[in-house]
Amino acid sequence: MFIFNLVHGVMIHVHPILTTVIQRLGLGLLTLFVVSIIIFSSLEFLPGDFGQAVLGQAALPETVEAFRRELGLDKPPIERYISWVGNVISGDLGTSFSGRNSSGVDRSRDVWELIQPRLANTIFLASMTALIAVPLALALGITAALYRNSIYDRVVNSVTLTTISFPEFFVAYILILVFSTYFKVFPSLANISDATPFLEKIYRSSLPALALTLVIVAHMMRMTRAAIINLLASPYIEMAQLKGTSKAKVILHHALPNAWAPIVNVIAFNLAYLVVGVVVVEVVFVYPGLGQLMVDAVSSRDIPVVQGCALIFAGTYILLNLFADVISIITNPRLLHPR
Amino acid sequence: MSTNDVILTMRDVRIDGFSDDRWHQIIKGVDITLRRGEILGLIGESGAGKSTLGLAAMGFARPGCKFVGGSIEFDGIDLLKLNNAELRTLHGSRIAYVAQSAAASFNPAHRLINQTIEATVSHGIADQTTAKQDAVQLYTDLQLPDPDSIGERYPHQVSGGQLQRVMTAMAMSSRPDLIIFDEPTTALDVTTQVEVLTAMRAIVEKYNTAAIYITHDLAVVAQMADSIKVLRYGETVEDAPTRDMMSEPKQAYTQSLWAVRSIEKPPQPQVDSILEINHVDASYGKSVKVLNDVNIKVPRGQTIAIVGESGSGKSTTARAITGLLPPLTGDIVFNGQPLPAALKNRTKSQLQSIQMIYQMADTAMNPRHTVRDIIGRPLNFYLGLTGQAQDKKVMELLHLIELDESFLDRYPSELSGGQKQRICIARALAAEPELIICDEVTSALDQIVQEGILKLLLRLQEELGITYIFITHDIATVRAIADQVVVMFQGKVVEQGDKQEIFQPPYPAYTELLLSSVPEMNPDWLTQLQEKRAG
Repeated sequence: MFIFNLVHGVMIHVHPILTTVIQRLGLGLLTLFVVSIIIFSSLEFLPGDFGQAVLGQAALPETVEAFRRELGLDKPPIERYISWVGNVISGDLGTSFSGRNSSGVDRSRDVWELIQPRLANTIFLASMTALIAVPLALALGITAALYRNSIYDRVVNSVTLTTISFPEFFVAYILILVFSTYFKVFPSLANISDATPFLEKIYRSSLPALALTLVIVAHMMRMTRAAIINLLASPYIEMAQLKGTSKAKVILHHALPNAWAPIVNVIAFNLAYLVVGVVVVEVVFVYPGLGQLMVDAVSSRDIPVVQGCALIFAGTYILLNLFADVISIITNPRLLHPR
Repeated sequence: MSTNDVILTMRDVRIDGFSDDRWHQIIKGVDITLRRGEILGLIGESGAGKSTLGLAAMGFARPGCKFVGGSIEFDGIDLLKLNNAELRTLHGSRIAYVAQSAAASFNPAHRLINQTIEATVSHGIADQTTAKQDAVQLYTDLQLPDPDSIGERYPHQVSGGQLQRVMTAMAMSSRPDLIIFDEPTTALDVTTQVEVLTAMRAIVEKYNTAAIYITHDLAVVAQMADSIKVLRYGETVEDAPTRDMMSEPKQAYTQSLWAVRSIEKPPQPQVDSILEINHVDASYGKSVKVLNDVNIKVPRGQTIAIVGESGSGKSTTARAITGLLPPLTGDIVFNGQPLPAALKNRTKSQLQSIQMIYQMADTAMNPRHTVRDIIGRPLNFYLGLTGQAQDKKVMELLHLIELDESFLDRYPSELSGGQKQRICIARALAAEPELIICDEVTSALDQIVQEGILKLLLRLQEELGITYIFITHDIATVRAIADQVVVMFQGKVVEQGDKQEIFQPPYPAYTELLLSSVPEMNPDWLTQLQEKRAG
């Protein structure tokens, strides 16, 4: 337990939960640091370089060399890594390589400027999907546990399993076929921008959100069901039954509060996926998200943008996992209320 | 007494259970009549159907069990004719249940007070405020510490004995007409058991509640029950008022429930020590010391019993001897030679000469190994036996533990509890040890099976001259087989000496408390003890 000694000399006992959160945050930062090394060095091993890619096969070696010097690519990797990390810490993700050309006119943009609108779009789509998928998965999981081995349970299980088993692009195209070709309910293109009004944004993002929901619901729903059913054999569940507690209350009040830890972990994992893993769905619906930006940046060897995106993805994973850990702890009375 | 007084009538109740792909009879036609305020003791070994019958009195059958016949009438209502919703209105309001393991039967996610009053409030018997006030009163009646605030705690924040009393308060909260107590003190130490028994008996008396008290301990049930029913294989063996049953049990089976208490061991001559524990301190991690300056001398070829309640350091002593938990200070001398503290520094012959038998034979054997593999492994490891020679030796060992060749290729799951423990004994014997540490080896077994295992251990000692360190909390077992006794309390040795000496007054305070807490086969024992302790 941390004890902070304040200026006044008053000792304040910090709840062990806070200690754990601080520890986890520290570990998260350490992880992020390690990830930054991995990102940087793996990009070093990427074949070809930006100069070659922009100037083309025919460029003279001297031109390429000059261009590389201008971008600072001639410096040793360690020096470049240190300056990159230093800038990132001070909030500067660097400047994009693209937009430059050898003519000397610099129309390149700040990496953050490129990433920011895309990140906003990605978070919009992820939140919208999460708001549909998480409650849906929980509701399906809980009811499936309640009516386990019934027809309902089997239908829910097999339908969700089916949707998760298809490749994402297939689900996406089927949705387009049904909802924008046969029944013209939703647009097949989800091209939104800052200027799009909020409700219009929701309307246009419906199909990608639906596609992603179908992809992630099964995982969360099955974990919810399994975590609850796993507890139903506990003596305290039998005790609750013998106190005349109704079936629904046994599950909601007695089983669910003890089942959060595994469920929340799976939810966090899927939310992270919504941010970092949805490039295929973005491509199908031409949704201007972060995934597509990163793929474009990789193909054009625009290293600062790739690094920025990768760092944001890593940060998302770390933050969501931290969140899951904290929820697991505060739903465990043994940790929340130590002896 | 008019017939209106009868609260529960069970007639020819039959229950089947599903296992091994077919239905078996678990309860084969049992009758029970219980009047208001009366306590019926239900006794028998595990598998006798006690719990099933207790739950049946609530009209409840566990998953995998079903009612196949008979009638259960509770205050004029035929429970077997009710649907689940109708049954629920009775459960937790007019019929309540107190389970064996309080630690597992409380929901870890909710505060005690909320669990105590849950049923009372949800059945609309009282509102939240009234029920809470009443719960505090019940906590006071049950002599729980801080009755006003203990309910705000979570289950893991109170001790096992306290939890068991809170559970009694939970059952009492709705003022039921009938409570089923399902082995409520089996998991408790004797010293705690006395407190819980006293509290439960007083509160049931105070509110004139009828109860069915299930246990395998005749001495415990004698304190609680007005009459006793002995159950075996799902059938009634004997039925009588408590005093009659205690003074003259009619059936041979009932008499055999006293069995362990009938073993006698004559005093042994003085011998030298095979093992000496000198000034040993030990702890887990950096926490408080679990062992504090422990000194024990183990006489060669005899049995030394280490007794004490849970947490007293009995099992930790065993772990220190075997090297599983190297002591912080002090040394352990075996046959005049100091033993290396850590297991990994000991020679093969040192390992071979000290063997261990565990409480849970179930978890001490690999479920995927046959008896041949289990016993063969130490034969191969220590004695280098293989093939036919190994098989021959396994067979000899099986005969030694009174089993035959038909067990050779069985898996642990195909053995009974007593047979499993016998295999564990054979495995320990296979190494041809000089010293065997028996850690609560009979605690998980029924009285009759216990007797068999203890007799076997005694016979093996006579024939092979093995020394036993017998760790137990059961004083009856100690009286039966020990030559010397060590009493431990909070990591310290309180007393060591010959059995006759230890069990003769004057005692140190803790030994006195421990010995006086062991229930006796006398229906007035608890009352007399209460008076003695109060006075």
